[in-house]
Amino acid sequence: MAQLPDNLLKRAAEARARAEGRSVDEVLAEMKGEAPVVSAPVAADTAASAASDGPTRDLDAESAQYSVPRGLLERGMRARAGADGSSVPAMAGAVAAAAPSASQAPVASASGTAPATGPPPVVGPPPGVRTQRLLTVVKAGAIQGTTTEPSDKVNVWPHLLAIEFVALLAMLALLTLMSAFIDAPLLEFANFNAQPNPSKAPWYFLGLQELLAYFDPQVAGVIIPGFGLAALAFIPYIDRNPSVRPSDRKLAIAIFTVFFMSASILTILGSFFRGPGFNFTFPWRDGIFFDDLKTILE
Amino acid sequence: MADANESGGLMTAVKGMGSHLRNSQVWNSIFRPGSPARADGGDSPRNRAYVVMNNVLYHLHPVKVKRHGVKLSYTLCLGGLSFFLFILLTVTGIFLMFYYRPTSPQAYFDLQALEVDVAFGMLVRNMHRWGAHIMVITVFLHMTRVFYHGAYKPPREFNWVVGIILLLLTLLLSFTGYLLPWDQLALWAVTVGSNMAGYTPVFGEQVSFALIGGVQITADTLLRWYVLHVLFLPFIIVIFMAVHFWRVRKDGGVSGPL
Ligand code: HEM
Repeated sequence: MAQLPDNLLKRAAEARARAEGRSVDEVLAEMKGEAPVVSAPVAADTAASAASDGPTRDLDAESAQYSVPRGLLERGMRARAGADGSSVPAMAGAVAAAAPSASQAPVASASGTAPATGPPPVVGPPPGVRTQRLLTVVKAGAIQGTTTEPSDKVNVWPHLLAIEFVALLAMLALLTLMSAFIDAPLLEFANFNAQPNPSKAPWYFLGLQELLAYFDPQVAGVIIPGFGLAALAFIPYIDRNPSVRPSDRKLAIAIFTVFFMSASILTILGSFFRGPGFNFTFPWRDGIFFDDLKTILE
Repeated sequence: MADANESGGLMTAVKGMGSHLRNSQVWNSIFRPGSPARADGGDSPRNRAYVVMNNVLYHLHPVKVKRHGVKLSYTLCLGGLSFFLFILLTVTGIFLMFYYRPTSPQAYFDLQALEVDVAFGMLVRNMHRWGAHIMVITVFLHMTRVFYHGAYKPPREFNWVVGIILLLLTLLLSFTGYLLPWDQLALWAVTVGSNMAGYTPVFGEQVSFALIGGVQITADTLLRWYVLHVLFLPFIIVIFMAVHFWRVRKDGGVSGPL
């Protein structure tokens, strides 16, 4: 049996002794297993209560003393009497045999089989009515509630770190191989008096340089990229659709794809299809005018 | 026979030294509990958690992540690879700084000398240049994958904005580095690029002046862009990356599944 702290045990014993009309020491000894269990407690209590206070109990005084509503005491009394009715015959045997299981009596009464064979004809609670006292209500969440929702998670080590490490090695290998075989360009010393033809910006700006061929420099060089960047930055505040399912966001995907494709096409045009004077050329006819790529391809 | 015995003895001695080392105070002070390097760091659920939790890595990764988040096909590792390239560029860049002076004729000749006189000089320069190009691509593709996943939606709106700043800083880092070889390609690409900034309405002249440190590109521009490239912009981008990674975790880890 689980070890209960003494103070709790004592409190339980006191309560039971009070309910059953026995002495606290007796009940305590019984609970501690030092004395034989006196049959079904409810049954044992019958004798005592019937003998001692029986119908003469002063419920008002008890109610004040234990701060239990009078109605509950009354109900308890009636219930106990009802239980007695059923267990009186058993009691004799129980006392003689000293200790049948203590749970017998409550089971008998709870199952509502109480036969009206006992000598005192008492009215028990209707079947299904609870006769226990409610001591306290403990919210389920406080003791046994689970706070975390079940989720499908894996340990970062080793699962994620292994993948990251392999990705890192692959990138390192790619870069090392590329660098071993392709040298970065280093043309002639910077000469302010010899502008090469064509002069091209780094490739990631070539889409903008391509725009310069169509629009006024202010529009192509500042306004379009400026508004483009601002529009990109504000995407989360413009697109208020909460869904992430592709089928729910056809418009957003269409707009972004148009942006992505036009940026790519402009960059490719500016990189490969613009020659001397930034005029249109075909790379397969006139060669490539795009120095970093030229070094890669040669 | 004697040989075998001897080598067996040697093996035992080495093993003994190994386990002695792995149980020493110095070793255990370096590797925190849970590390596979420790004598008591066997593979258990608890130690797997400790590997991350007891490690500087805990600044980047939580102990556990959603299973779908580790699928290579979701992030394509593009953000992680951008970060890795940034680290690689920092390492190779520091190497280059040992041999480079940001002044007018020296810059060019230093690079020429680096390519022929310095062990692995050419290789490291190539890695720095190609790595920078690849990083622009991975950052751009990372942005694209984030868009197609709708991963900028609440609560991740602000991390997208931080991302745009990172994209801009990545481009600026690459662009400022473009001038440093001080050859014809560098000079004229930067001329074309910074001319565009000069078209800014109203403040065009001022913007251009601040950018190139004068009315036209000179050796002063070289110094200015060098400082921006090796110090100022990396400093700023590291701060924004820290915010970016922190927000990825605070916003509930990688988004999805779709
Ligand atoms: C230097 C550049 C950048 C670095 C190093 C970087 C790094 C990362 C990393 C490591 C992640 C974790 C998930 C993943 O790998 O996909 C991430 C997520 C994210 N990044 Fe970036 N990023 C950069 C630029 C950008 C840009 C340009 C954008 C968008 C404009 C952006 C927006 C986001 C968003 C919204 C997330 C959360 C995605 C999700 O939860 O699925 N980042 N970034």
